[in-house]
Amino acid sequence: MSTVPGSVAPLNGFAKAGFLTEFLRDTFALADIELRKLRRDPLELLTRAVQPALWLLVFGQVFGRLKAIPTGEMNYVTFMVPGILAQSVLFIAIFYGISVIWERDLGILQKLLVSPAPRTALVLGKALSAGVRGLSQAIVIYLLASLLRVRLRFGIEILGVLAFVVLGSAIFSTFSLAVACLVKTRERFMGIGQVLTMPLFFASNAIYPLAIMPGWLRTFAKLNPLSYQVDALRALMVQGGQTMFGLSFDFCILVLVLVGLVLVTAKLYPNVIR
Amino acid sequence: MARVSPSEWTSRSNATQSFIDYVLKKAINNYPARLATPVMTADPSDLTRPTDTSERVPGESSLENQAPAIAVETLGLTRCFGPLTAVDTLNIAVTTGSIFGLLGPNGAGKTTTIKMLTTMLAPTAGSAKVAGLDIVRQAVEVRRRIGYVSQMLSADGGLTGYENLLLFARLYGIARAKRRDRIINALQFMGLGEAERTLVRNYSGGMIRRLEIAQSMLHRPSVLFLDEPTVGLDPVARHAVWQHLHELRTQFGTTILMTTHDMEEADELCEVIAIMHRGRAVAVGSPSSLKMQVGADADLDDVFIHYAGGAVDEGGGLCRQCPDPSHH
Repeated sequence: MSTVPGSVAPLNGFAKAGFLTEFLRDTFALADIELRKLRRDPLELLTRAVQPALWLLVFGQVFGRLKAIPTGEMNYVTFMVPGILAQSVLFIAIFYGISVIWERDLGILQKLLVSPAPRTALVLGKALSAGVRGLSQAIVIYLLASLLRVRLRFGIEILGVLAFVVLGSAIFSTFSLAVACLVKTRERFMGIGQVLTMPLFFASNAIYPLAIMPGWLRTFAKLNPLSYQVDALRALMVQGGQTMFGLSFDFCILVLVLVGLVLVTAKLYPNVIR
Repeated sequence: MARVSPSEWTSRSNATQSFIDYVLKKAINNYPARLATPVMTADPSDLTRPTDTSERVPGESSLENQAPAIAVETLGLTRCFGPLTAVDTLNIAVTTGSIFGLLGPNGAGKTTTIKMLTTMLAPTAGSAKVAGLDIVRQAVEVRRRIGYVSQMLSADGGLTGYENLLLFARLYGIARAKRRDRIINALQFMGLGEAERTLVRNYSGGMIRRLEIAQSMLHRPSVLFLDEPTVGLDPVARHAVWQHLHELRTQFGTTILMTTHDMEEADELCEVIAIMHRGRAVAVGSPSSLKMQVGADADLDDVFIHYAGGAVDEGGGLCRQCPDPSHH
């Protein structure tokens, strides 16, 4: 006899919500829990400020003097500020997937998978909490850039910057979760994380414009979501910054990539416990 | 008096056999093309349906009944990992409201069985129903009706006891208005009322285990799965957990399926136990009936060694019966 899931009577005391309501509720429940943990232990975020500081204060200063990279009327440090924000968000997000391996080893993931929460909500909840971690980097970069007298935009554009930071963080953390679901062990994951970060960073418009790249690299950079994030951040963050692809195009591409990655990762998610 | 001729005897015996076949077929009506033979070696009467065969009409779909007499039922449940058969045509049935123990040495397939029944892992072959629902086709509905406590002490140390429960209260869709009361009640029920705002990293092992049981009960599941619930706990903490499990069952009528290799625990808690060895249930029955079968003075340790210690299942381990390798 075939059984239709829809024929099951709702449980006593639990009004059966629609999928979307459940999905959003569960996503925010998971993101909220991650944020509570983060609030108790903010030291982690401070240590993350070191790397972007090095890029801007050391690398940016030296390359700015060389004037080797054509950035038009914009000085080099101003050019690279949005790129370094995207990069530091990427570097945090790309190792975020290890949390799913930890949670598996602790048994927390098993409890989540046994709950009725949609797998997509489990993934997006994590992605959003990674997104909020990314926001802390925005604060760090704004402070550093102000110190370096970069002319930043402080208008309504800041909201746009926050949106693109969350979006980029969510994309790369979901990508990282997918990798974790495939490799399953911490050791392999760390190795692969290292391998992924640099190509994603260098094959993008983060620290040099697409125009100076050789053709093959430019093609790769155009397939790299980081380029669209940097493109939007450059227009929104610094005065004189312009987008190459258009803000709405950047946004649509990034949302599509995120949706695709969340769907794929949700499929892979139960793999971790096998 | 009336003598039965050999031919008559045979035909009667055939009739009995046909009747048994008929009942069996009826019972597995919903599950086409599997269930070779029941795997157990013990007396068939106390095998798959330990205490209440009469309560269940064979062939009746438990789905139509919100409280089926059988809370968990597996039919030829099998799981292979590559060439290894972790669970091998397992047939068990757990009566609603009872505490059922899966015993067996490490690697016997207990945890894999729990993983399949809690929908974490798909079976390679066979099927199972939990709370009357198919674990594969109705996985999400099964998840709403079960609670699960894993082998590891798995609460989140960075959160308070309350927050650990809050997450799951939300995920299980407990209405906002009821959430706080439900969580506080669960914590108090498990004797953790005072530790509500303490970070779980400061809990003892026994407290974490009680917190996990509180979490697994928040949504009032009809079936609770416990994977070695007292492993690594000191005797006091162990007894506290046992006491709470007894209370849970009495107060909420929860069916409990637990794995353990602690004989004392099985004796203390379980009405029925199945001894697993190399993925099969090699004996099923009440602790007392199993002890009787092994010997007059036997304890559960003897039963365990008798069934799982020797060469009970020669040739096990190889995946001879994996019907569909694509599921690996």
